[in-house]
Amino acid sequence: MINRRVFLRNSGLAMVGAGTAPLWLERALYAAGTPAPRKKILVAIFQRGAADGLNIVVPHGESAYYGLRPTISVPRPSSLGGQAGKSAIDLDGFFGLHPSLAPLKPLFDQQHLAIVDAVGSPDPTRSHFDAQDFMESGTPGLKSTDSGWMNRALTKPVGKVSPVRAVALGAELPRTLRGAGAAVAMQSIGAFQVRDQKAAAEFQKMFEASKDPVLQATARETFEAMAMLQSIQKQPYTPATGAEYPRAPLGDSLKQIAQLIKADVGMEMAFADIGNWDHHVQEVGQTADQGKLADLLRTFGQALSAFWADMGDRMQDIAVVTMSEFGRTAKENGDRGTDHGHANCMFVMGGDVKGGKVYGKWPGLQSHQLYEGRDLFLTTDFRDVLGELVSRHSGNPSLQGVFPGYRPKFLGLV
Amino acid sequence: MRRKAYWGLGIVLILAAYADTASFSKQISADDRIRQALNRLTFGPRQGDIEQVKAGGLKKWIDLQLHPERIPENPVLIEKLKPLDTLTMSSKELVRNYPAPGIVKQMVAGQVPFPSDPDRRLLIQKIVKREEAKQGDAAAPPDAPAQDKLAALLTPDEIRSLRTGTPQERLAALEAFPHAKQDEVIGALPPGMRQGIFAVAPPDLRRRIEFTGGPAQVVARDLEEGKILRAVYSNRQLEEVLTDFWFNHFNVFLDKGADHYLTTEYEREAIRRHVLGKFRDLLEATAKSPAMLFYLDNWESVGPNTPAAFAGGPKGPRRGLNENYGRELLELHTLGVDGGYTQKDVTEVARCFTGWSIDRPNLGGGFRFAERQHDLGEKVVLGVKISAGGGEKDGEKVLDIVARHPSTAHFISKKLAQRFVADDPPPALVERMAQTFLKTDGDIRAVIGTMLESKEFWSEGAYQSKMKSPLEVVVSAVRASNGNVDFAQALVNQVAQLGEPLYRKIEPTGYSNTSREWMNTAGLMARMNFAVQLSGNKVPGVTVEQTDSSTDTALGSPEFQKR
Repeated sequence: MINRRVFLRNSGLAMVGAGTAPLWLERALYAAGTPAPRKKILVAIFQRGAADGLNIVVPHGESAYYGLRPTISVPRPSSLGGQAGKSAIDLDGFFGLHPSLAPLKPLFDQQHLAIVDAVGSPDPTRSHFDAQDFMESGTPGLKSTDSGWMNRALTKPVGKVSPVRAVALGAELPRTLRGAGAAVAMQSIGAFQVRDQKAAAEFQKMFEASKDPVLQATARETFEAMAMLQSIQKQPYTPATGAEYPRAPLGDSLKQIAQLIKADVGMEMAFADIGNWDHHVQEVGQTADQGKLADLLRTFGQALSAFWADMGDRMQDIAVVTMSEFGRTAKENGDRGTDHGHANCMFVMGGDVKGGKVYGKWPGLQSHQLYEGRDLFLTTDFRDVLGELVSRHSGNPSLQGVFPGYRPKFLGLV
Repeated sequence: MRRKAYWGLGIVLILAAYADTASFSKQISADDRIRQALNRLTFGPRQGDIEQVKAGGLKKWIDLQLHPERIPENPVLIEKLKPLDTLTMSSKELVRNYPAPGIVKQMVAGQVPFPSDPDRRLLIQKIVKREEAKQGDAAAPPDAPAQDKLAALLTPDEIRSLRTGTPQERLAALEAFPHAKQDEVIGALPPGMRQGIFAVAPPDLRRRIEFTGGPAQVVARDLEEGKILRAVYSNRQLEEVLTDFWFNHFNVFLDKGADHYLTTEYEREAIRRHVLGKFRDLLEATAKSPAMLFYLDNWESVGPNTPAAFAGGPKGPRRGLNENYGRELLELHTLGVDGGYTQKDVTEVARCFTGWSIDRPNLGGGFRFAERQHDLGEKVVLGVKISAGGGEKDGEKVLDIVARHPSTAHFISKKLAQRFVADDPPPALVERMAQTFLKTDGDIRAVIGTMLESKEFWSEGAYQSKMKSPLEVVVSAVRASNGNVDFAQALVNQVAQLGEPLYRKIEPTGYSNTSREWMNTAGLMARMNFAVQLSGNKVPGVTVEQTDSSTDTALGSPEFQKR
């Protein structure tokens, strides 16, 4: 607590100079002065392109899996005859992790990582665009929703509000964070500034005087966020020992989310994405630890485990959830790949998460058990997972507003 | 406090809605009419444009813009487009002259002929050699640091000569090497040094520098740069604005596989040709374009119970119907989401289009009707029966139905009005435009004519009400400051930074035509940064005139974000 206040005062005084303190600083100082409980943080990671859940969380106890994927399956764990490093890492005797996700195994064992399987959006679409749109809006089948579930999940602001309450790493504000609540997109913390200070001051004056109320309000948010982020940027960031973020966009994104969290600037929602999961061709190489999926999962697993290591005790206040628009066909196609499918898996990681378990009802992979005769059947709605996190972790009491027309059924994840 | 502010804003917005009717009938002054025309029908006024339009007469100017073929093109633009030779090539030529690695392999294997142009052939053979060297030397790290690569090629003195002095001196040092060695050196230069030399290099050398980044990349670069150059320099401004509008309406995504090589021809032949023509022609051009067939997967769509569905053998994968194009045709290209169609219509439309395919998309092939994929049965689309056995004609019948549908007339008119008049265009205006659409069999020029003759277009409600898109703000800034664009890649990057990566909207919706799309903190900040960079002449490849010190913020001002 003391550290935080000192930081705020230092950085704050450094930037205020002449004139009045910016609004956000006033808010932050105010917040620091009151012994309010630390804000819970929800981090969502979107795997764009439809990740192949069946090769990520491998149902090695299901013999149909090996029948459907004669050349691209992940072999049974080494305890069952598989080759170490090239086969599934057993979780519970039935499911196993892809070998590239080895860094996540300890988190599962320590019961901080939960997996939900056969989960996803109930909408039957196999269009990336539609399915991502539905998952981000949180209203499957309803295109007219103009805001995202994550924005709606922001609780009614009490008192002062941080300008970086909801942050997306990336050039554009994703669908899921659009809406009435203030949210910012940034490519990086350091880049979020007008690089010429004199010009910045002039711009601020001009926009403040603008007759366009929306432009004026957006500009105000922009300048507040800039001031705050610049003050964070002044402190060089060194991740905790052992936290080695992979050199990849997701690694960079999670590292900056970590930096924002440690700076205690009132962030409650963070969003990052990782693309290129659409593996129609050459998904798997000669062995399961090679090929496009294996490479991408390596980055994915390393990024998550680095974030975990970096956050340390703070993980108590954080939940990370991953999702992808839909799964992929149960059967492999003719190009060592898979096509657009239906249900998928989600990862939930956090201090208050009841991990070490694969949640969800397994529907089976026998041909009569498949969705439309080809895909993993869906037994859990993705809103059940998100709804529980929004409600029990983030403490939003009104799920009706977040997922209109749906009543999430909690799995007991937190 | 915050909630009160939102309340306040809400009331303002509601009042604004009531005031709309009045503001859309109140007419603007004669001078403002000229500004309005230039803001909406061009990528922003250049210095002197207002006076020029005034002198020649606004009506005459508009009439010319509606008939671009009567406007002589700007010789400056023609000169600047010359080096971008991919822009005039067919998809087939692109694939062969600027091959992706896979195609290079096929050339080596003798499956695809090398390009006929000897220089081009030489360049590609060099790529092959480089690849072979990499393969043979598997032990070496895949990417040796640039310094080591340079050191292996040149003496320390030679390296120093490339590092020191003015850009021109560095260029001279590079050009002093024999021709063949130049290419090797270019390939070994660290990106910063390469960019420095690029900035001062003559066109031919620039081309070779670009080629080192991989020939496939040149195709995308030319397309993006060409778009910026045309937007800045073309005398046929309305045609450019409309090409942007219609491409966005019939969006395809450049980075989706074969579309990398199909998009250039798509924009040139399917879109640009028809921007002021008949909607039905434009629609068919897109429907039959390999770019669209590939983007929305129709080329792979197979009717159930057709020979193609069982081509994988009794145990092989069963191919099936793909509804992607059928759905977007109705939802996004013609009727609109509330246009009165059902899921059943989507499926029926998709059945009609089975067989509309591509003759080898990866080789830049054209439209092909694949009989074996076509569903021969009877279909019913929007209540209209399409008899069995129609073959390729089924799809054309669908286009006839949807292109002339009242919902389409309304949907297209509204979208045009949204782009050119206001985010929430007055319904009465949209209705009049839709009537013209129906009366003229979808004559786009006539529909735009109705819009330009309306009181709403020239009203206070419309004037300065639109937020510029990133492309519009970047190009209009260059035009307003009389900028000279030597090369446009940095401007291309700026447009992407502001949130509108060109040819890279992944969703078939295209970018929105309303302010909402662009009104966010990151975008706004990027706009301010761009303004400062541009007026400080810090955008590589662009030189602007500096009039006075206030310009550096003027281009980032709230007023300049509007049009």
